[in-house]
Amino acid sequence: MIKLQDVNKFFGENHVLKDINLTVAEGEKLVIIGPSGSGKSTTVRCMNFLEAPTSGHVFIDGEELTQKNKIQLVRRTSAMVFQSFNLYPHKTVLENLTLAPIKLQKVPKDEAIKRARKYLATVGLSEKENAYPSTLSGGQQQRVAIARALATEKKIILFDEPTSALDPETVQEVLDVMIKLSKENITMVVVTHEMGFARVVADRVIFMDDGRIVEEGKPEHFFENPTEERTKLFLSKILR
Amino acid sequence: MFGEGFLRTIEVAALALILALVLGIIFGVISTSNNKVMRGIARVYVEFFQNTPLVIQVFFMYNGLAIAGLRLSVFLIGVLGVGIYHGAYVSEVVKTGITSIPEGQVEAAKSQGFTYIQYMRYIILPQTVKIVLPPLTNQAVNLIKNTSVLAMISGFDLMYMADSWASSSLDYGPSYVFAGFLYFMLCFPLATWARKYEERLKRNDTTRIPYQPAEEAVTC
Repeated sequence: MIKLQDVNKFFGENHVLKDINLTVAEGEKLVIIGPSGSGKSTTVRCMNFLEAPTSGHVFIDGEELTQKNKIQLVRRTSAMVFQSFNLYPHKTVLENLTLAPIKLQKVPKDEAIKRARKYLATVGLSEKENAYPSTLSGGQQQRVAIARALATEKKIILFDEPTSALDPETVQEVLDVMIKLSKENITMVVVTHEMGFARVVADRVIFMDDGRIVEEGKPEHFFENPTEERTKLFLSKILR
Repeated sequence: MFGEGFLRTIEVAALALILALVLGIIFGVISTSNNKVMRGIARVYVEFFQNTPLVIQVFFMYNGLAIAGLRLSVFLIGVLGVGIYHGAYVSEVVKTGITSIPEGQVEAAKSQGFTYIQYMRYIILPQTVKIVLPPLTNQAVNLIKNTSVLAMISGFDLMYMADSWASSSLDYGPSYVFAGFLYFMLCFPLATWARKYEERLKRNDTTRIPYQPAEEAVTC
């Protein structure tokens, strides 16, 4: 479904991704962990060309993602959930969900609204459809953002640290929604620091450090018995 | 006589304002684009018209273009001159508005597959309007006052009428005071509205404190 091939990324002199090779299968739940600055966010952002790789190739559904086709291909295949929610503040919750389907996917308005209500129910926020994002809590905003991603009915949803900006009390409500989603046949790539979530949901975990993939494996292997020293060190810090 | 000039001033100001807004939005958007050439064009427009006096620009249109064989009506020169001049200022206001929108908005739009034009239209510019309305209104006030340059090319606007009334009746004082009063009547409501609107915006922003969960009762 997603394939990164020899991807390198530079920000100026800074070499942030070093020969990343990575394949994500259809329906797979991939969790990427690692210290900050390890390149994990940049990796998911290459998957929808919010960052264009300096060299290497990105394939979505067998088709190469390029500067030329990125808008069309991303529009068809993937949605993203951000750390800072990035809801459209001038639109109501319902309008946040229907904007892209109506304007980009040419879904008829009634149909788009029906769909939006369905996914608002999925994230448990049906009663907020006429609210503006600024009146919602962080956790609620992020659940709306997830519903917005769902409403476009893409095969892939990319999560870039979806709970990092939340108050501790509201982290779980967002994770619960994501756990619910993981039962569906959606390809999920999740950058997160939530190890409990990774354990429950991930089909595979990738540990990145200094722009490289250091280790990957099933969550059991990963958390019980990591092979690399750097992984052990990182986990020992984060798992207390 | 003053009524005629007053009307002319309003006509010129209204049309010039429309022109300034159209130019300002186009060049404001261009000046935030990724394209260097486009940004350069916007820069030249803004710098050229902001850094030369409006009077000279209007004289050029009146005399310079006439020498080149292009004879425009005084009315048209008023609209074009004042409109293009203020378009440069509006462009800067629009640009500031756009750059004040968090980058995350553009990223969210791109991640959904919006093109540049589409996300400007549906996501960025609608959010910009609220921010730029007060400074734009101040521009409108300046624009109205600046239409008085038309007097220098016999534009039959309010200022010209005041001039000719003053020189024919020799009532210099009352004539200009009255003209000033009429300009004030046009500008003061606008400026007041802009100030109130801005105050309301600020108030709303402070009442919109980030959500804080209610304290739960401690039961241990």
